[in-house]
Amino acid sequence: MSQELQQQFVRDMLAESYEGLDRFDRAILVLEQGAADAETLNDIFRVVHSLKGTAGCLGFQRIEKLTHAGESLLDLLRTGRLTPSQPIASALLRLSDNLRRLLGSVESTGADRNDDEHQPLIDEFTALRSGGVPVSSPLPMPPPVPPAPPAVATAEPAPAPAPGATPTTWGIFDESAPAPVPAAPGEPAASWGLFESATTPPPPAASPATPAPAATAAPAAPAASSVAASTVRVDVSLLDKLMNLVGELVLTRNQLTQVSQSRHLRAETVSSVSQRLNLVTTELQEGIMKTRMQPIGTIWSKFPRIVRDIAHDLGKQVRLETVGADTELDRTIIESIRDPLTHIIRNSIDHGIESPAGRAAAGKPAEGLILMRAHHEGGQVNIEIVDDGGGINLARVRQKAAEKGLLAPDAAARLTDREVLNLIFHPGFSTAEKVTNVSGRGVGMDVVKTNIEKIGGSVDVQSSAGAGTTLKIKIPLTLAIVPALIVRAGGERFAIPQVSLLELVRLEGEAAQKALEKVYDAPVFRLRGNLLPLVFLDRELKLPSGTDGDGILNIVVLQADQRSFGLVVDEVCDTEEIVVKPLGKQLKGLPMYAGATIMGDGRVALILDALGLAQHSRVVSQTQDRGHAAGTLDAAAASAAASSSQLLLFRVPGRDHLALPLDQAARLAEIETSTVERTGAREAVQYRGRIMPLVHVGRLLGGAAADTPSATGPLQVIVYSHSDHVVGLVVDEICDIVSAAVELQPGTAAPGIKGSAIIQGKITDFVDVGGILRTAGFPAARAA
Amino acid sequence: MSASHQFCTFHVGGLFLGVDVLHVQEVMRQRELATVPLAPATVEGLLNLRGQIVTAIDLRRRLGCPARAADEVPMFMIVRTDDGFTALLVDAVGDVLEVDPESFEPAPDTLPAATRALISGVHKLPGRLLHVLDAAQAATLPAHAA
Repeated sequence: MSQELQQQFVRDMLAESYEGLDRFDRAILVLEQGAADAETLNDIFRVVHSLKGTAGCLGFQRIEKLTHAGESLLDLLRTGRLTPSQPIASALLRLSDNLRRLLGSVESTGADRNDDEHQPLIDEFTALRSGGVPVSSPLPMPPPVPPAPPAVATAEPAPAPAPGATPTTWGIFDESAPAPVPAAPGEPAASWGLFESATTPPPPAASPATPAPAATAAPAAPAASSVAASTVRVDVSLLDKLMNLVGELVLTRNQLTQVSQSRHLRAETVSSVSQRLNLVTTELQEGIMKTRMQPIGTIWSKFPRIVRDIAHDLGKQVRLETVGADTELDRTIIESIRDPLTHIIRNSIDHGIESPAGRAAAGKPAEGLILMRAHHEGGQVNIEIVDDGGGINLARVRQKAAEKGLLAPDAAARLTDREVLNLIFHPGFSTAEKVTNVSGRGVGMDVVKTNIEKIGGSVDVQSSAGAGTTLKIKIPLTLAIVPALIVRAGGERFAIPQVSLLELVRLEGEAAQKALEKVYDAPVFRLRGNLLPLVFLDRELKLPSGTDGDGILNIVVLQADQRSFGLVVDEVCDTEEIVVKPLGKQLKGLPMYAGATIMGDGRVALILDALGLAQHSRVVSQTQDRGHAAGTLDAAAASAAASSSQLLLFRVPGRDHLALPLDQAARLAEIETSTVERTGAREAVQYRGRIMPLVHVGRLLGGAAADTPSATGPLQVIVYSHSDHVVGLVVDEICDIVSAAVELQPGTAAPGIKGSAIIQGKITDFVDVGGILRTAGFPAARAA
Repeated sequence: MSASHQFCTFHVGGLFLGVDVLHVQEVMRQRELATVPLAPATVEGLLNLRGQIVTAIDLRRRLGCPARAADEVPMFMIVRTDDGFTALLVDAVGDVLEVDPESFEPAPDTLPAATRALISGVHKLPGRLLHVLDAAQAATLPAHAA
């Protein structure tokens, strides 16, 4: 019993202290900027004071000693006998770091051990403190020395820029004046790589002998503790609502029990009870869902500290601004974007923001700005990290990519700027010659990308030289709750997220008849003098035509990618907060749906995606970036066909002008005929350790000399990868790579051919790879 | 072959099929489905499974059997795959059978290619053949249908 009680106390203390220390950090940053008022000082004093009290109560002497030292210092600040200064702030931040680490060990070892043996626990603290926490030595001063701690703290080598280290930026960011990057000596294991330290236990003693300024670089983030992560703050009113609902649930159960025992079961009684049960449980479910939603600010609040420490280390001045901190995300998603965001911020400061001198030379204010923005949009959460630094040096990225062998030099030159930018997400890509303790180990942005894609999101980078870099992260809400408009068309209900909604227009009677006009064949509506293209939802989705006998025209004006269009629906019902649920993978190929939701009555309704719908109805051209561009082959081919794209021109016997969008080809290879191995009718080669089946395009297209074995030379192979497979398309000759605007002529499609177009003055057939592979008997490329 | 040799059996258009019991989450009677316009024909609709949206796939269409008559009420078999839940519409659900692994034989090559992907083989039971359905494959739609 007492064990349980003790554990409960410890857990409470941990949860409370982690929170307190986060608040502490934020307050110290305010303090450092000289903006702290008495209330702030009192608050941080209270945090330390209560931690000291609890720790003393529970017998954590190390924590008690440490907090006591800090408290004495804070008391002096609070009573005005000491003015806040930079070294003091640094020392206090180190205090919170050390406390976190101590709390961390309380958490991990305290949980493992039986409470009967306190001694080994304390011994472990001692061991950890003397050996494991570099800067702990000066801080836990013997308690009753009020003036001493400040003195010590001031004397403590404040993280004064320690030059001497080589400037070790990637250099892909334009740094007009190479900044004297004061990389901390000592290379502390803990200071970098949240991703690594996430799997490793708290940093082992780097070098206890050197109370390096690097200790400040150890951010609070690795202390993302399980205790802190396992508790949640819930709005009391929401909790009350849940309690009410549970009360109602109990009542409904009683009612049900009564009904089931009554002798004359009446259908309507049963249905009314079940209806009520349905309602209550649905609401309860939604309420519980809401408790999982957290504002993104909960993780953002840690960033000012991280920004300060890194900027400090690098001798830069950086200000962090946040917009939309109240954007709500599901808890699990919040947790999984913490590390990627931290990494992006680090990169922005290290490579993006120039040194004060460099900024002055570029005519910018000395203080760099990093802006974090979050908002809900189109069923997704968008997070942007904007810096006003030097931007990414594209030429340098190209060069590095070629040097690292990621691309052939000529291929690198051919890439568009946008593709070049995306190279920074390539695994192993880093332009750093040397590893700094902040970044450059080549496990950077690709891990960011992987982590975000793991939760179904996407990352995009934009950069303009000299003006800064913007990283856009889009995360599907999955569980996020969005306000939506419920409409009806063709007898079905649909939800439209309100972010894409501009306005509603309702026309009755004669006005409705006159309002519809046509441009050639396309219905339009004059909205305040401008023509608004109209899309009829029921026709678009091939639903049975709705009841339009009443002559009412409901137009939902939607915004999709800077364009607006009118969606004509049968009925506009209501606005509701809906819980977005993902669709099964079977339906991923339908861009017009952003997900599904469960309505108040328990039925499922589809959520419309304005952009997808617009593209489907061709209001917006299909080439727009859809975020998850990796669609099906057909989609890729279709988008390639609609715009200017890079084409691979090749030849097979009997057909001299064939083309394939270049982005469908993974590589081009020459394969010796002798390496081809046959299994039955199939041919395959060993390619990079895998089996690559070969497909003779010529034979499948039934060209003139279809079966003539090609000349003795090596086979020309287009390595084509889809889902997990690679397939080699054997062609006669690869002629050229061109960039051309392609518009497939209608009516030119044939088996294996998507269509034809005129390229370089020749009629060129576009190969339908998906179709060919199916003909060849490959398992059809699944919708990714 | 998987370790389990228990199969949840069911009927679809005259075929006697079985799915590894470990893949079966639950079996339900007719539920209300939300139709998905423009979806592949095999997708019957969406199902609300205690707050989770589950795609319902008509196994008759998936296996190329004649469509169900209007008065025939399908059963829902919820199967679990790596990608989550999928509801398979079947005609009727039978017993859970324990089979002898020795009785397994791969599907003959004469099966149409589309079906061969779904049916990994048969168990030779006395008097009848139990078709082993690959739940993951059945839940995955070929790209051209999408």
